[in-house]
Amino acid sequence: MTTETSKIKIAILSGKGGTGKTLLSVNLASVAPSAHYIDCDIEEPNGHLFFKPENLTEEVVTVKIPQVNPALCNACRQCVEFCRFNALAFIMDRPIVFEEVCHSCGGCSLVCPINAIDEKDKGIGLIQKGQSEQVSVYTGILNIGEATGIPIIKRLLAMEQEEPSPLTIIDSPPGSACNVMESIEDADYCILVAEPTLFGAHNLSMVYDLVTLFKKPFGVVLNKCLEEENPAEKFCEEKKIKILYRIPFDQELGLLNSNAEIAVRKSEKYRALFASLLDIVIQEINHETSSHS
Amino acid sequence: MKIAIPMNEKTLNSSVSAHFGRAPYFLIYDTETKESVFIDNSASASRGGAGIKAAQVILDQQANALITPRLGDNAADVLEAAKIEIYKSVEGSAEDNIDALLNKKLSILSEIHPGLHDHRNK
Repeated sequence: MTTETSKIKIAILSGKGGTGKTLLSVNLASVAPSAHYIDCDIEEPNGHLFFKPENLTEEVVTVKIPQVNPALCNACRQCVEFCRFNALAFIMDRPIVFEEVCHSCGGCSLVCPINAIDEKDKGIGLIQKGQSEQVSVYTGILNIGEATGIPIIKRLLAMEQEEPSPLTIIDSPPGSACNVMESIEDADYCILVAEPTLFGAHNLSMVYDLVTLFKKPFGVVLNKCLEEENPAEKFCEEKKIKILYRIPFDQELGLLNSNAEIAVRKSEKYRALFASLLDIVIQEINHETSSHS
Repeated sequence: MKIAIPMNEKTLNSSVSAHFGRAPYFLIYDTETKESVFIDNSASASRGGAGIKAAQVILDQQANALITPRLGDNAADVLEAAKIEIYKSVEGSAEDNIDALLNKKLSILSEIHPGLHDHRNK
């Protein structure tokens, strides 16, 4: 490996939940000599259940929400007309803010001709940071009912930059929507995890489209592989996608994982498995970098 | 008094729309002049916050009452703040519902559903 000095960011994605993103993320982070694990699945973060991080610190993530000063407001209604999200209503000659509909664009305070709109901070969630052996664990937690966790993902990735690590593993949210896009933006490489089913192949094609659109180097890990035909593998062959690894359907691994144990910390066999997967990925990244420079 | 009703079609004898925020039209009926006006619901194509904007449309028409089969919480907040009465519609045409309201046969809409807010990312 020639990567001791360079910093590598790997995002782990899948088109649906339950394919093995977190399994892969926590084990890849734990097999490295030192790593950051970033849980960007802010709607249901679960990496911390495996790492059980200690010395937790917390930071509240806030967004800006308009606040109308009734003493200044001249009831011109420009803020209400401006808002594309309909987060402001004009009732009894006053604009009323619907905080949960607001997207924090700040437009209303800009269009107000008499500066009657200030912005106040509104907490939308938390970031927890802690240590689990050689892994720094960053967890984003979106409050229930909030429309978007993107500000939390932005903050997570910015925070992680403050103390860079040789290896950063980003556990992305499931799917291929905005949250996922935000989480892979700075990634050097994306690992797509897929199940050996038709549904798995369909979901793989969604994230395949996304990483292709973002021009990210990527490869696929086929998880829960059985002897029989694998539609996800077939998809990879058709699209000429690099298959990084085939993790077999394995009851022992499944049991460790469902008990929230990190397999590489419990068994030499799995340590060897994930270490060789990490080696393959790092070789791929080095290959990508050298072939593009 | 002015009564607002969400409508799919612009006729008094058609039925009340099943949706409030995204109904294509609103009927505004004036009980004093007995005049019916159909207006376009500018909120129907909104990406989000349709209920709030639709409630704003009703409010700007100076309606005093709304007859609807259902209503989201944000729209209800706007209408309640504006002191607009909210009645639950019954089977039948818009006209039947107006008659029912005038004969005090409609009940206040008690179930307000959580908004069908259109911005889940999954």
